[in-house]
Amino acid sequence: MDYREMGLIAGIEIHQQLDTREKLFCHCPTTLRDTAEHSGEFFRYLRATESEMGEIDRAAQEEMKRDRKFQYYTYDTTCLVENDEEPPALLNSEALDVCLTIAKMFSMTPIPQIHTMRKLVIDGSNTSGFQRTALIAINGSLPNGGKIETICLEEEAAQRVKDDIFSLDRLGIPLIEITTSPCMHTPEEVQQVAEYMGMVLRSTGKVKRGIGTIRQDVNISIKGGARVEIKGVQELELIAEVVKREVQRQKELLTIRDELNKRKADINLNEHKDVTDLFKNTKSTILKKAKRIYAQNLKGFAGLVGREIQPDRRLGSEISDYAKVCGVGGIFHTDELPAYGITAEEVDKVRKVLNAKEVDCIVLLAGSSDKQATCALNQVFNRAKSALKGIPEETRKMLEEGSTAYMRPLPGAARMYPETDVLPVLINDARWKGVKVPELLQIKAERFLKEYGIERNYAGQLASSEKLPLFERAIKEGIKPKLAAFTILSTSTELRREGIEIRNISDDAYLTVWHSVEKGKVAKEGIPDLLRLVASGSTVETAIQNLGPSISREEVESIVKKIISERSEFIQQRGKAALGPLMGVVMAEVRGSVDGKVVSEILKRELEKSLAAKTP
Amino acid sequence: MAVVKLDSGYNIGVTPSLCKFIEHPKIEPTKRLEVTQDKKLSELSIISTGGTIASRIDYRTGSVTSQFDASDILIAIPELAKVAQYHTKSLYTILSENMTPKIWQDLAKAVYEEIKRGVTGVIVTHGTDTMAYSAAALSFMIDTPVPIVFVGSQRSADRPSSDNTMNAVCAASVAKSDLGEVVVVMHATTNDDFCAIHRGTRVRKMHTSRRDAFQSIGMPPLGTVSYPSREVKLENFAVQRGIHKLALHEKLEQRCGMVQFYPGMSPDVLKGYEGYKGLVIAGTGLGHVSTTLIPGVHNLIESGTMVVMTSQCMHGRVCDRVYDTGRDLLTAGVIEGNDMLAEVALVKLMWVLGNEPNPMKARELMQTDLKGECMRRSAHGL
Ligand SMILES: [Zn+2]
Repeated sequence: MDYREMGLIAGIEIHQQLDTREKLFCHCPTTLRDTAEHSGEFFRYLRATESEMGEIDRAAQEEMKRDRKFQYYTYDTTCLVENDEEPPALLNSEALDVCLTIAKMFSMTPIPQIHTMRKLVIDGSNTSGFQRTALIAINGSLPNGGKIETICLEEEAAQRVKDDIFSLDRLGIPLIEITTSPCMHTPEEVQQVAEYMGMVLRSTGKVKRGIGTIRQDVNISIKGGARVEIKGVQELELIAEVVKREVQRQKELLTIRDELNKRKADINLNEHKDVTDLFKNTKSTILKKAKRIYAQNLKGFAGLVGREIQPDRRLGSEISDYAKVCGVGGIFHTDELPAYGITAEEVDKVRKVLNAKEVDCIVLLAGSSDKQATCALNQVFNRAKSALKGIPEETRKMLEEGSTAYMRPLPGAARMYPETDVLPVLINDARWKGVKVPELLQIKAERFLKEYGIERNYAGQLASSEKLPLFERAIKEGIKPKLAAFTILSTSTELRREGIEIRNISDDAYLTVWHSVEKGKVAKEGIPDLLRLVASGSTVETAIQNLGPSISREEVESIVKKIISERSEFIQQRGKAALGPLMGVVMAEVRGSVDGKVVSEILKRELEKSLAAKTP
Repeated sequence: MAVVKLDSGYNIGVTPSLCKFIEHPKIEPTKRLEVTQDKKLSELSIISTGGTIASRIDYRTGSVTSQFDASDILIAIPELAKVAQYHTKSLYTILSENMTPKIWQDLAKAVYEEIKRGVTGVIVTHGTDTMAYSAAALSFMIDTPVPIVFVGSQRSADRPSSDNTMNAVCAASVAKSDLGEVVVVMHATTNDDFCAIHRGTRVRKMHTSRRDAFQSIGMPPLGTVSYPSREVKLENFAVQRGIHKLALHEKLEQRCGMVQFYPGMSPDVLKGYEGYKGLVIAGTGLGHVSTTLIPGVHNLIESGTMVVMTSQCMHGRVCDRVYDTGRDLLTAGVIEGNDMLAEVALVKLMWVLGNEPNPMKARELMQTDLKGECMRRSAHGL
């Protein structure tokens, strides 16, 4: 597919949690908790006013305008600020410093005086009903010529436990939001830019790692299509796929539109009927339970509602998503009926009631109340209507594999007003000049390759490893780079695969182990055994003792001599080639407590001596 | 720094010299919606003193404005329209720390006029800092047959999570209930589950920021209002609607003061109160000050200052007959403030001295329960 030809325009917004000591507006730690550990609960209502509802039709709006009740879990690591029971503290300057560092890495211009704003968020994920956010820097550039528009520093939202229950451990963790301009034109380019930005973020060493700590939103449109924002792509590897599938969706929807227009398809809200009575004795459990069932005729839509527009997604799924906003479970449409307990006979009856022709598609929707059914009916009508025009502007959420589903209309202008409880922060020349730019991870990897002779793919892995700070510390303390790199990348991975809890091994323990190796107290070969013991709770010192006393060079020499004298015949037969097999014998004898290099050196020398002596 | 609002909605501060004047923005008149009220419902008065019960945000400019007009309040809190119809009056728009006894008097008169007009109840919106003082002041100044309900919000009305809506709806429910006294109605817990109804003379703000900051001291609350059901439950010791006949006694003696004793306090502090008509001391424990202060206290009383002893413990009763210092204070002429809260004792002292010229009778009044401020029995523990 020629994406440039199709006029693909994409931009990304990256949200990354920062690894600061305290939260953005209180002094709680930025630790995530297990919800089972919550120490308290409370509940609140959040109140939305009309203008805060987005552009959803009036019926749906009525349905949703009820005050929503939200429940929150508190912990011994959260405080009254998260509970919205205390004014916020000053803006966390450690988090601001990280943002300024990243801003400098993208050659951006800092805002002279930073003002914190309240951005309205009434889905319950913020106890206050707003998210605090501040614009930190503008106008950055990317190596591929693209532009970064803004960097904002925000507070992370509370984590949804389920339904309307939220966990407050995550609320208030500093979150950096980086927005690019819509400057990308192929799915691969979007992926590369996202990867590059992720690398820059990690280069600071101040961002959180692991699932959920980084989320990217992608803005996409194609020629003739509409701007769509896809929220919460967590897996970087999926970004290109998400873009491809969205392009496919928009293309298919445009084709459907053209087909509909050719058929002179039309929809009229009046062409719906209350068919509740028709399904009195239905075998469909959903319809049987329903208080009110409506059937809406979509004239000329037959075959198109059931047509696939993305893997596993149809126009019908899009219509269904809209109806779900009202709280209904979904819809049925005649492109997929009879099925789900609805018989062909029932479909015929509905068709008759609506005077539907073969080219028409009928949508059935069931509500647990008149109000809910009416709301869903309006939503179905609206979505079907926009299929005639093309593609609605939407915020969508990602599904597994990279397809997407409707979430809500694109937000209008952000509803923001000043956070008067937080003082503005001045970024003067001195502060900006004092911001140190860290070495980029990709440059670091090159340096590891050149300076330490670490293989290219190891060097790259090391630079992006969470253990990078440990590696750099080891180098500073005089440990051989290859030793540290091998332990971090290879030994640890093997131990982890064995099921060893390597998280229990502290950086200090690693360093003690390496220093012991460097001093000859322990052989390199003994490291896995040592780390196994340390991971199960032992100190490095006791682990060394338990693994047997170290063997001195003299002792090794005498062991080697003994073995050579015992196997003189074998040595005579094999000559220098006896080295390999003998090496195994000696290593078994010293049980890994001597460096293989030392053994091989002594063995080689003694073997040569022995061979020289025997040669006439 | 000049603050600039960007199209994205963000504000930024920039050096003024970087800004160029283009034009003044057009001020668009805010659309005024009139809300029709249900004339079949009881009429309540809302008198505002500056506490924000409702506000409106203009997202275009980011400005937040307080709403005082009945229509605006009903637009912001539509639930109120189900409870009653309202008549609103904006008396003052001040921060509650700037309240004065003079304003209490104006407020008492305004409330009195509304009740005389025949409203079912009165709601006073008030900043929370000194709400308890004003509630106590009105308790003494007005004999009321109907509820006078003080209400405010601990978390600003411009946030979707504000306690303003629930507090206002509960306050309105109390204002048309069977109650007949001055009360404070605010959140009872951190949840949006129910409000507590506190007697105006026994209530205190006990937390700087929490929603449930207001608590009844020395007695349980008079009742509760469930939310969102709006069900009002009153205890049998709450004063019933119609028990008292409407009367206004708005006089106050403003030359009264209050001082909290602390270890090592200099007797010079007391000299500052020379010429005052009344002084409330928040003493330690059972109601003590150091021995070195007793001559000073004696001098004040001799020169005509009425001195009332309360306790900084807040909970419990003053008793100056247990220890020597206490007995010396009584000898000097100090009045035991029983279990009155120090700030309530101060307000009461202003009112008593303003209305009772006879010092002996005034003394007696200070120890008599007038509006539930001074209980004969300590029935309730901590
Ligand atoms: Zn906190």
